[in-house]
Amino acid sequence: MGYMFNGAEAEHDEEGYLTDLGQWTPELALLIAQAENLEMTDERWEVVNFLRDYYEEYQVAPAIRVLTKALSKSMGPEKGNSEYLYELFPYGPAKQACKIAGLPKPTGCI
Amino acid sequence: MADVRRFLYINRKAPYGTIYALESLEVVLIGAAFEQDVSLAFLDDGVFQLAKGQDTSGIGMKGFSAIYRALGDYGVTKLYVETDSLATRGLTLDDLQAITFEDENDGYTEKPSIIPVNKAEMAKVMAEQDVVLSF
Repeated sequence: MGYMFNGAEAEHDEEGYLTDLGQWTPELALLIAQAENLEMTDERWEVVNFLRDYYEEYQVAPAIRVLTKALSKSMGPEKGNSEYLYELFPYGPAKQACKIAGLPKPTGCI
Repeated sequence: MADVRRFLYINRKAPYGTIYALESLEVVLIGAAFEQDVSLAFLDDGVFQLAKGQDTSGIGMKGFSAIYRALGDYGVTKLYVETDSLATRGLTLDDLQAITFEDENDGYTEKPSIIPVNKAEMAKVMAEQDVVLSF
């Protein structure tokens, strides 16, 4: 299974998460978002980029509670709350946004 | 929050080479979602889990040492390190990563998460727990 991209295939698991994080590019993110029926607006990019930065620093995809807290701290409470995030990513911000960001499924995702 | 229980995860093995350290971390991260009082203890070779400057590129395994620095975000703010175990292995507290948390009850001041304890203090910490899990 994989996303067809630039004539090559980026492998993903049965849920659509990239198997090799190193294959991620912004263009591939657009493709994953398309598979999730999401258009990549600036607001969605903001969350996706935030997740990638968090992963880069801590090597872990944050659980939703951690994500809202961290977002709230860096971008303000109007963005760091689960209502706003669920509006952007209706199937679960941590799950959907992490998938688009090319990260593994968050640990502690229940 | 009713019925908060005290969980202590004891780590006794070196971080890489076996799966224990990573499994322990994953359980801690999952457990943290349930808003319990979670703390970690590091003794014997487990103290190596917090050592700085680890590089896993030679063994083809994902490095997860940075995750310890995210524990504060998960509300896990007490990492007890047994000092005799450090000394036996030629380590000092300076050889460990700086791990901090922001204290919500104190204006989000950054405070160290690592708490050095001797053997007797570690025994006391263990005795105070409701649940002790050993890795």
